Parts: sequence; structure tokens; C-alpha cells
Amino acid sequence: MTIDAQPFMQVKGLKKYYNVQNQTLKAVDNISLDISEGETVGLVGESGCGKSTVGRAMIRLNEPTGGELVFKGEDMLKMRGNRLKQLRREVQMIFQDPYASLNPRMAVEDIVAEGLDIHHLAKGKKRKERVLELLDLVGLDEEHRNRYPHEFSGGQRQRIGIARALAVNPKFIVCDEPISALDVSIQAQIVNLLKSLQQRMGLTYLFIAHDLSMVKYISDRILVMYLGNRIELASSEALHAKPLHPYTQALLSSIPIPDPNFKKRERIVVSGDVPSPLHPPSGCVFRTRCPRVMDKCQEKVPEWKEVQSNHFVACHLYE
Amino acid sequence: MSTIIEVKNLAVSFHTYGGEVQAVRGVSFSVPRGSTVAIVGESGCGKSVTAKAMMQLLSCPPAEYKGGEILFNGEDILQKTERQMERIRGNEMGMIFQDPMTSLNPTLTIGRQITEGMMKHRAFNGKEAKEEAIQLLHLVGIPQPEQRFDQYPHEFSGGMRQRVMIAISLACQPELLIADEPTTALDVTIQAQILQLLKKLQEEMGTSILLITHDLGVVAETCDYVVVMYAGVVVESGTAEEIFANAQHPYTKGLLQSIPRLDQQRAQALRPIIGSPPDLMDPSPGCPFYARCEQAMRICKNHHPTLEHVNGEHYSSCWLRHPMAQVVR
Repeated sequence: MTIDAQPFMQVKGLKKYYNVQNQTLKAVDNISLDISEGETVGLVGESGCGKSTVGRAMIRLNEPTGGELVFKGEDMLKMRGNRLKQLRREVQMIFQDPYASLNPRMAVEDIVAEGLDIHHLAKGKKRKERVLELLDLVGLDEEHRNRYPHEFSGGQRQRIGIARALAVNPKFIVCDEPISALDVSIQAQIVNLLKSLQQRMGLTYLFIAHDLSMVKYISDRILVMYLGNRIELASSEALHAKPLHPYTQALLSSIPIPDPNFKKRERIVVSGDVPSPLHPPSGCVFRTRCPRVMDKCQEKVPEWKEVQSNHFVACHLYE
Repeated sequence: MSTIIEVKNLAVSFHTYGGEVQAVRGVSFSVPRGSTVAIVGESGCGKSVTAKAMMQLLSCPPAEYKGGEILFNGEDILQKTERQMERIRGNEMGMIFQDPMTSLNPTLTIGRQITEGMMKHRAFNGKEAKEEAIQLLHLVGIPQPEQRFDQYPHEFSGGMRQRVMIAISLACQPELLIADEPTTALDVTIQAQILQLLKKLQEEMGTSILLITHDLGVVAETCDYVVVMYAGVVVESGTAEEIFANAQHPYTKGLLQSIPRLDQQRAQALRPIIGSPPDLMDPSPGCPFYARCEQAMRICKNHHPTLEHVNGEHYSSCWLRHPMAQVVR
């Protein structure tokens, strides 16, 4: 078997449980996902659905309770020592909050070069050259390298965060809500930057977000999560054109559309709040808020089924 | 239609170590009675400062009102004493803040926080206030209001807390409700619930709403009029239909283009606005959008554009709209 036949990144039955007050909190329960090289997969859900936990597990920032992570054919969870350090160069992360994720006491040059220093990739003149190259790549000026994070706006800080992630030449980047803290006019700048970097450097992204319109725009495929469970997986076009799961339908219809003539459309507003993950509902986790709930939903957990080609959903409506 | 509040040439500055920041520089707009008006703009454009000035909530210093007037039912808010303001705040004007996690007092039950205003402004006794509060909780969609009345903010989720905030702000049936990014901290499904609730309450109680937001989608779905702010000035204003269908100012156009449309193809690149907003420590005498504007002309650099009439209630502050400007196609 050649490397090419392997999916780039394979998540198999990923579980992450936490112990809270002697109870088990299932933050992520049985998530499986294959990502091909060069692809962007969007991961969508409301706060607390476990999307960031999945993203962090995929670059080994937390240790999953169960399941397998296979990166280019190699079991990621078995990596130790030097191999793990090597992995840190191949997978990187861009964080949500550009205000909290940069050390305020480090100059931009040192922030961007931290990865280079840790992995002994460049020193002295070469290090400076590489930093300038990276700053140029993300659209910052040469003179910015001696400044400190507080001197930059949110969008510029996010660019610094992207330069830092790119410094070690990663293959796979987890973008954890990289634009949700930014202003509208700046969001588009960052999304365009991420897209052009992907084309130039052949990057693979996991793009975590709660803003469905932007996710649709950047992703090839989208996985929707709810309360730690997978709900629906489809190509971004199919998911928007014909969402199958009532939760996805509600999510999509909740996005306010910037066009006043759209006001009259029928809106599905789900009632209530997300239940506590400490006491998830029996059967289907969404049944407490589902507008199309049936008796069956309480008793049985819906199966993950391929309803149309490459369109998966976990819902009793499609059995 | 009469106006409930009218802001005329408002200017507010902040004194900082670095110098004077001119956060709001001559803002004018009005809210017609019973309608919803949105102030749209990016962080630092002065939209929240304007909202806070309307209730005199800015602490002076560091803030300083540099000029202008705010006429609420014909009386200038900025001339009121603190004691007079106390009678207005919460009673005639209510405010919903952005962050439901931090704007409730964690040491008081939510019942206490809802009834506070009623007992102060409407001279209710404890029992009357409790009954009214429970009705309000019911109105904003909180299940089991009798039990919830005695609970503390930490026992509520984000969406529920925002509902409590709305209940507090409605406790005295204010004529004007100022909502500063009421749904920004919430998930989309909860945001839809809250927006629907505000709309319903407006229909039932006839409240006028001033909504401060950066989300153009929220604006399109809920508002009658839109005021677009940039770097402390109003660049464009008009009815929601006009602004979305017939935007004139390059900044408004840029904002609309930088959000992906549902029918947009993925291969099509988004069109962001290049650069970032100007420094308000030393604003240029010309158009604040000059440095980022694709259609900037020589005059824009040193001369601030006048507010030009487009049609109906639609105004745009841009030299391109000036009668002597060349027609741009």
C-alpha cells in the first residue's frame, strides 16, 4: 500500500471524557472523520459541542480518552519523544483570540521565530531572513518585527499568529475560530489570506467555526456537531443546498441574512437551550429541541448513515 | 412620525496618556417612535460611545462631551444632572448590554435585580414587584419563572441571562430600549430566539429600539433604519432597504461585499476592505475612509465630505455624491 492511498488524517471513534464532580462528562463522543491532503474540512456547532476539543486532540494538545488518530498512515497517539517533536512541526494551530494567544512581552520577531528556535531550524542571519519572509507572506511590514503585540490591531495580530504557525512549514493546520474575534471588513482579509496560503503551500485545514456562512465559503466538506456527537457530514454545497438533519436546518435558518428582502422567509427557530453535557438526553441528543421529534428518538441512538453519496447523517427520519 | 430621540452633532473625546482620542466627531441621527434603528460599524467606530452618551453613562473624566445635544422627548440629555438622569435611566430608557455573563450582579438573585427598578421608579411594593417580575420572566420565555425568580445569575445559561437582562430593561416599560450588541456573545440558534423576542416585545409594547451591532445580517432582519458609522462619524444613513439595495458610500459597499452571500461561489474570492481603521488620536481633516477607499480622489484627503442627500431619507457623506463630482460607473 502506498502512502497516497491513505487518507491524510484519519479520526476513528474519537472520545474525550472529563471527570466532573465524580461524573463523566462526554465532551466528544465517537467522532470519526477522514481528511484528504489539501482539503479544508469545516467543523461547526454551538459553544460547548466539543468542536475545539476535537481540533485540539487532532494535534495532540489533549489526550483523547479513546479512539484512534492516524496521521499519514501513522498512529499519532503512539508517537513519543523525537517523533512527537517532529509531529509538532507538521501540525500547527491558529487560535481564536488574537489578544490572548500572543505573549505580550515578546517582540513579533521572537514570537514568529519561537518555533524556529525550538526546532533549531534557523539561527542568526537566516533566522531574521526567515522571519521577514514570513511577515511578508502574511502581509505585514518588515518594520513590524521589532514591535510588541499591543501595538497591533486584531487583524494584524491574527496575521502574526498565522506567521507563527507557518514558521515550521506545517502540513496540517487547525484553525480554531480564527476570524470570530475580528471585524467584518477584516474577516474577509484573513479568510482570503488563509485560502491563498493553502493554494501556495498545499496546506490542509480543519476550520472550526460557528459562523456557517464563512465556513461554507472556505470549506470543501463540513461536519456538524451537537453535544459531543456528530450530526451531519456533507460537501459544503450539499449541506447548504439540502441539509438533512433538523439541527442543521435550524442552524442554517438561524443565520441572519444581510438582505432585507429575505425577511419573509420561513424561519425554523429551535426552542430551549443546549442541555447539560453531564446529563445528555437519552437516544438522540438533539431530541429535546427537535421540531420533528418522534417517540423513537427517545429510545434509540440514531445510526450514522450515508443517506446520499458522501452525505452522512445521524437521524431517525432517514431510516 | 415623531421622533423619540434625536442626536445632533454629538462629539465625545477621551483623555488618555497618549493624548486626546476623538472617539465621536459630530454624529447626528434620530430614532422615529416605535421603530428600530441600527447603528452599524466596526470596533472603535464610536457606536458604543454614542449609545452610552445617550444615557450619560460615560465617566467624565476620561470622557468629555465636546459638543452637540441629545434631545430625548425634546429635552437635552446632556444638560441633565446625575439625579435627573437616575429618574430617566431604567425608567424611560432601558439598556441591554453586550455581555450577559458580566452585566448581571452575581451576588444578587435575578428576582432582586428585576424588581429593583420597579420598586424605585414605579413605587411597587415587594409583592407587586414580584408578581410583575414573574410575568416578565414568562414574557421573555424563561420556563418555571416562580422558581427561577430566586436563583442567581450563575445558574442561568448565556441565552437565559440575556433574557433576564431584557426582562430587567423592560421592567419599567421604557419608551426607548438601547441594545448594545445584544446577541454578539450568543450562539446562532439562541440569537434567533432573542431577535424574535425583541421583535415580539416591540409589537406588543410599542417600544422604540436602538440596536448597536456589527452584524449586517442582524440589521437586515430586524431594523427599519440604518446608520453606518466609521471612525467616529456617520458615513451613511437611510432605510434598511435603501442601504442594502442601494448603498452609496464606498465603506458601506465594502462592508456588504466582504461578507459571503449565500449564493456566492466558493471560487470567487471575497472582496475585503484593505487596511485598517485610522487612528483617532490625530484624525485627518479629510474623509476618514480616504486611506482605505478604492475610489479616493484628491479632494478627499484634506476636505471632509458634506452629507449629501441621495433620495428619501437616504444620506451619504461622500464626495462622490457631490453634485459636482464626475459620474462614476
